[in-house]
Amino acid sequence: MQNSENSYNYTVVRQFAVATVVWGVVGMLVGVIIAAQLLWPELNFDIPWLSYGRLRPLHTNAVIFAFGGCALFATSYYVVQRTSHARLFSDGLAAFTFWGWQAVIVLAAITLPMGYTQGKEYAELEWPIDVLITLVWVSYAVVFFGTLFKRKIQHIYVANWFFGAFILTVAILHLVNSAVVPVSFWKSYSVYAGAQDAMVQWWYGHNAVGFFLTAGFLGMMYYFIPKQANRPVYSYRLSVVHFWALIFTYMWAGPHHLHYTALPEWAQSLGMVFSLILLAPSWGGMINGIMTLSGAWHKLREDPILKFLIVSLSFYGMSTFEGPMMSIKTVNALSHYTDWTVGHVHSGALGWVGLVTFGSIYFLIPKLFGRKEMWSVPLINLHFWIATVGIVLYIAAMWIAGVMQGLMWRAVGADGSLTYTFVESVKATYPFYAIRLLGGLLYFAGMLIMAYNVARTVMEGKTFEAAIPAPVHA
Amino acid sequence: MSQFTSGFWDLYIGVITIISIIACGVLLWAQSVHKTSGSETSGHVWDEDIREYNNPMPAWWMWLFWLTIAFGFAYLALYPGLGSYRGTLGWTQVKQLDDENAEAQKVYGPLYERFAALDVVALSKNPEALAVGQKLFLNNCAQCHASDGGGSRGFPNLTDKDWLWGGTPEAIKASITEGRTGVMPPLATVLGEQGVKDVAHYVLSLSDQAHDSLRGARGEAHFKTICAACHGADGKGNQALGAPNLTDRIWLHGSGEYAIAAQIANGRSNQMPAHKDILSPAKIHLLTAYVLSLSAK
Repeated sequence: MQNSENSYNYTVVRQFAVATVVWGVVGMLVGVIIAAQLLWPELNFDIPWLSYGRLRPLHTNAVIFAFGGCALFATSYYVVQRTSHARLFSDGLAAFTFWGWQAVIVLAAITLPMGYTQGKEYAELEWPIDVLITLVWVSYAVVFFGTLFKRKIQHIYVANWFFGAFILTVAILHLVNSAVVPVSFWKSYSVYAGAQDAMVQWWYGHNAVGFFLTAGFLGMMYYFIPKQANRPVYSYRLSVVHFWALIFTYMWAGPHHLHYTALPEWAQSLGMVFSLILLAPSWGGMINGIMTLSGAWHKLREDPILKFLIVSLSFYGMSTFEGPMMSIKTVNALSHYTDWTVGHVHSGALGWVGLVTFGSIYFLIPKLFGRKEMWSVPLINLHFWIATVGIVLYIAAMWIAGVMQGLMWRAVGADGSLTYTFVESVKATYPFYAIRLLGGLLYFAGMLIMAYNVARTVMEGKTFEAAIPAPVHA
Repeated sequence: MSQFTSGFWDLYIGVITIISIIACGVLLWAQSVHKTSGSETSGHVWDEDIREYNNPMPAWWMWLFWLTIAFGFAYLALYPGLGSYRGTLGWTQVKQLDDENAEAQKVYGPLYERFAALDVVALSKNPEALAVGQKLFLNNCAQCHASDGGGSRGFPNLTDKDWLWGGTPEAIKASITEGRTGVMPPLATVLGEQGVKDVAHYVLSLSDQAHDSLRGARGEAHFKTICAACHGADGKGNQALGAPNLTDRIWLHGSGEYAIAAQIANGRSNQMPAHKDILSPAKIHLLTAYVLSLSAK
């Protein structure tokens, strides 16, 4: 194995790429289990460690930070090297980010079922793990920006703007929202109180979506779509405007999670206004990605990897339209606290984050293991279709269930009293929970197909480090 | 009441918000007036073959962006958002709630006032009133007392003739309006382990259940000096205190020696929440009639 400045560090990319697939299987399996628990509550077997309240954060942490996080590490390390014509800044630090991040994931998988939690959504992990996350994240920033610093290509490629914004912002979000006073090794209290704590949490929560699940994955999109389509990016100008507008506006959107609460009205209004302004900047990324394919639409018919990448953008466009609409107070009054929110999140998570990751990993794995293509291309196609059908079933079921719940909760009879009790709305949701489970099972099955395909490709492949080409600078 | 500790924050939020929205517009405007090279690539190449066109931004997309910016300004003029500026509509979420409640009172008030004018006992036999009362019960009471009023462990059954605090219309209405707190003191230290068991067996004997008569006899002395204060010398309870009747084989917190001994040893504080801030007097009146009807069948 080469280990000089003349080659790219593929080792850490390979590790993260394979980990993405492994944690994808685990995270989605837990998702399927809790979807089944909603249908059959007995499936917790009266064991506290398997109760819904503990497995649900395990699911969200596993899919967002283990599956999504590893995918972001893998692709950002690959992209920043290849678009900078430079080896990663520090092999040792890069290796630390891999093993450190795996340690975080394993600790999460142990402590969450045991019931250790800070009780903040997407920031449940207790403070010792938060400290480890901070160490890993600072190392990540050093490796990423250090690599950019020693780049041989003058201009910084747009994908790296997004990766950079994602890394910087997540660092700030994590530090601010995880500020706690520890009372013991596994128990701590937030330094914020009441409505302020809620505001900080949803400032964090929404930007976790905006920067972890959006900006980071847009970085992925900006490299893998032009690469796979072999077409120039549609518009540099559009990328400049939507990048700056997106990272600026996202910061304001958090209060829309707290409409009609103790949060002051001015903050609620600002959250809503900026969420609506966020619509165009979000769509800028979708337009740039999809239009990159203009003049080469036929490639969509033959290339399953492009299918993944382009369809992910359709789901991205759909959820980033739906999000601003749900932030409107009157819409939110109907949608909030219902399964519509769950549907919205999953159209983004399964449709956008999941599909763009699958496409990128299918691109990466053969490159990283010295193969021309994946072990089976038809299996990629099968994965694409089974996942797409799964998503449609999942989100359609949750949309219908959510709107139904919202309408049932507000329905009043001729006497002005509520027409339905809460439990009646739960009962009415049952069939949709079944459809959601079916959709989730299909999506999970697709993930298993991918794992098999990746395993076969890796077994037949060999590890190597690609040489850095001489700059073709024009 | 101002939500800010000083006039500075008020200004801070207002100014930053307006500058920020304007900044979005400036970014869009500045980038849209520059000519772009269009379908020629920028000349930059990354990773050997990635290039960029510089097509102009789609016009419909720019219009969408402008539209949301304009909406932002309009919304912040109408609604609270810029610090303590209240917006020209004078909207607040509490005012919206008050308005909706006033509207509901106007529409539905007469119906409840009509019921409120009738006597509870008469209402408890009026099918129209009971239909409305059941809706109220299902939405406000069924969470604890079950949808049929049958209750469960710790939550009294409302369909039998056994009442902790009285089953008259006045007593039921008072229970709903003000709530009830039933307290039994823990007696483990007073009675000791054996004493607790002895009293438990005496309590079992009160409802003619299988018990150890020797222990029961020993427990009787304790009962007469301690328990009788609330439960009465005959164990038939006292509705003024919410002390249950111990002779009727109805056990709110579980039957049998073990459950009864635990109750004596640890005591209990059980609460029914007050509803006077949740439901109007007219609705409580109607609910009283519905609850009364549950045990009349």
